[in-house]
Amino acid sequence: MDAALASRNSVLDLAQMSLREVNQLLHDNRSGDFLIRNPRGAHALACGLDGDLNVSIDGHVGYYCAGMNKRAHVTVNGNAGTGLAENMMSGLVHVTGDASQSAGATGCGGLLVIDGNASARCGIALRGLDIVVKGSVGHMSAFMAQAGSLVVLGDTGDAFGDSLYEAKLFVRGTVKSLGADCIEKEMRDEHKAALRQLLDAAGVKADVPEFKRYGSARKLYHFHVDNAGQY
Amino acid sequence: MCGIVGLFLKDEALQPDLGRLTGLMLRELCDRGPDSAGFAVYGAESRGTTKICMVNRNGAVDWSGVARRLGAAIGAEVAVETVEDHAIFRTTGAGDTARKWLIDNVPGAWVLSQGQSIEIFKGVGDPAAIVERLGLTARTGTHAIGHTRMATESAVTVAGSHPFSTGDDTCLVHNGSLSNHNRLREQLARHGERFQTDNDSEVAAAYLASRLRAGDTLQGALENGLKDLDGFYTFVVGTRDGFAVIRDPIACKPAVIAETDDWVAMASEYRAIAPLPGAGHATIWEPAPATVYAWSRAA
Repeated sequence: MDAALASRNSVLDLAQMSLREVNQLLHDNRSGDFLIRNPRGAHALACGLDGDLNVSIDGHVGYYCAGMNKRAHVTVNGNAGTGLAENMMSGLVHVTGDASQSAGATGCGGLLVIDGNASARCGIALRGLDIVVKGSVGHMSAFMAQAGSLVVLGDTGDAFGDSLYEAKLFVRGTVKSLGADCIEKEMRDEHKAALRQLLDAAGVKADVPEFKRYGSARKLYHFHVDNAGQY
Repeated sequence: MCGIVGLFLKDEALQPDLGRLTGLMLRELCDRGPDSAGFAVYGAESRGTTKICMVNRNGAVDWSGVARRLGAAIGAEVAVETVEDHAIFRTTGAGDTARKWLIDNVPGAWVLSQGQSIEIFKGVGDPAAIVERLGLTARTGTHAIGHTRMATESAVTVAGSHPFSTGDDTCLVHNGSLSNHNRLREQLARHGERFQTDNDSEVAAAYLASRLRAGDTLQGALENGLKDLDGFYTFVVGTRDGFAVIRDPIACKPAVIAETDDWVAMASEYRAIAPLPGAGHATIWEPAPATVYAWSRAA
């Protein structure tokens, strides 16, 4: 399909078009509303978008959906496979179902909202993206997370926030276990305000006092001369 | 990386479509395992008859001659049906004895499975071509397990293809790699397990078969496996009336399960489930680490 012919509010049907055609068309349009049908678990759908697009996907997607997203708003009406919104830069990615492993990995900015559960390693190596998970997250979530936030309304798996840097973690449910150097921290006014803003942005009605904050004890990531022999 | 699929039918009306649906699933995962492929189908049984599936190693085998010699050795009638490079023997004699005799006396072929219900077929090369050549689409039955392989632990041969089966009506497919399989193989061999390959997944299959023979339930055998099998794995296991999925405690090998009123399906990725009837309305979840998910026709 010629990109120039693609109108706004286009329906892109993966039963009729190839994945490459669909992604190319989204890249060629810097704005507009698109509805993608029949994703059937396809990989790398709506990746690398850079523009004020609204992309809605009806069905379950495979690996790396909305990776590297910039400015665009991508909604998946279904579940997402491994590496959802990996390394996203800005914009909004919203999944109405569950997300598999490594959702939001290395994300630099923007907002990722997962209405269901996210499995292992959600927000691994986070670098500025804000993630709100309305369900629970799996083990090793927020591993080595440097900046940004992970808000979990449900519970966490084992080793939550292991080797954490400066990302802010908020959990309403139960933390199964904390990872190395991750501790519960005081919820000060600025954290309450930040959490309120994130909950509002994600359209969540929950009350801020229901959450606990977790952060880095900062014992692991500073060089400590007593540890010189370990290197 | 490998691709695994499993389909367990709850609605009997779908049984004629088992092979066709499993074939659709397997085709979606060709790129996860382009080296080789195989499938196990739990199909028609006739009371008191054991089926033994074999495949030749590198050239034609006189299957009729093998059937005659096997019959004489175990003192029972043996019928044989050939499918491409595979043979299915049917006998009312003792299955375990027959399997051991075939492993010892037919060096030109591998024994793939033995049991009342199970039939296993496997090959090297493009999974879609293997599905076609070995006629998966036309096969009927209650449940099936399939695998597309990208080899990591042992050679790309027919014998190294999955599913692996060492026990009566039991089979296993594996995505991952085990690190303690050599020692475990020695221990199991000392207790009489017969191995045909150097493959780590065959050890997992033999381990589960040995636990089931020792009286474990399928659930119990897999829970014991969490203690005894060291490595990365997503397993799908089939028994005569059951089907189970388990992932190791780190759970880095993918798995998704979908269930409707009519079927339970497991696959490495959702795209292999998408072609199933009613997949759009299925309950879908990612199996948690170190947790057994099991279904049984008996229950």
